[in-house]
Amino acid sequence: MMIGLLHYLVLAASLFTIGIFGIFLNRKNVIIMLMSIELMLLAVNINLVAFSNYMNDLVGQIFALFVLTVAAAEAAIGLAILVVYSRRRGSIEVEDINQMKG
Amino acid sequence: MTPALIEALLFYLFAFMTLGAAGFVVRAANPVHSVLYLIFAFFNTAALFLLLGAEFLAMIQIIVYVGAVAVLFLFVVMMLNINFTEIRENLARYWVIGFLLGMVLLIELIAGISSYQYAPEAWRQAVANPIPGGVSNTEALGVLIYTDYIYAFQTAGLILLVAMIGAIVLTHRKRKGVKKQNITQQIRRTAKNAIEVKKIEPGEGV
Repeated sequence: MMIGLLHYLVLAASLFTIGIFGIFLNRKNVIIMLMSIELMLLAVNINLVAFSNYMNDLVGQIFALFVLTVAAAEAAIGLAILVVYSRRRGSIEVEDINQMKG
Repeated sequence: MTPALIEALLFYLFAFMTLGAAGFVVRAANPVHSVLYLIFAFFNTAALFLLLGAEFLAMIQIIVYVGAVAVLFLFVVMMLNINFTEIRENLARYWVIGFLLGMVLLIELIAGISSYQYAPEAWRQAVANPIPGGVSNTEALGVLIYTDYIYAFQTAGLILLVAMIGAIVLTHRKRKGVKKQNITQQIRRTAKNAIEVKKIEPGEGV
């Protein structure tokens, strides 16, 4: 019963799939879509750290740190846009966001 | 109980709790519950990072994700005051296609990563920055970040600055009808322009 790299990769793949599934499932709720994106970035981080450990290379952890930074920035910007949009329209349904199409 | 067995048990515990919490994030009826399950998933992932020997990332995960991102989500969910029961209706339309696409992607990913073969001479030897022994994970990461990856690190800081300014610019608004203290105006006010003497004839009003 040794836990190998494959275990972590399958876990990350499952987490990524749940994130994609969440985006399809919550087509009307932008907040849960943003949370699904966070889950997908988390899966990427698990992949990076698992490879870092099993290949004995520290660079994977550094890139995981950068992914974390970008995830935090993306969440802040996404939620700010969501707040502005909800203030203007009074709803956060994705189907209503079609006024900017040319 | 050998150490390997304990490690395996802990891995399965944290892995299944992460996956279960992630499932509840996308399925929960109330977005506040979704955020709380997201926090639970982040904690379990931090534990997995500890199992992998990445202590610094595990702590950063808790500080950044749980302390900042999840609380930001919680603020927004509670601030927006959206009627979420309406939103849940009409879900079955997307359920089937989402499930099918997810399953196809999962099968592809697992088939891809399980059929991969690693050359034994390339594995764990031809690496750029091997994990040094004798120093802590934090110290090793710091030595590498502040030397080889300094430009990437500065860019990460710049990204955070742009995100912060962008979020403030987007959500800041001037509201009408707010009474604010204007100190300059108060100081520049003198008795000359504050008091006006009027000559009022007797028997008349102002």
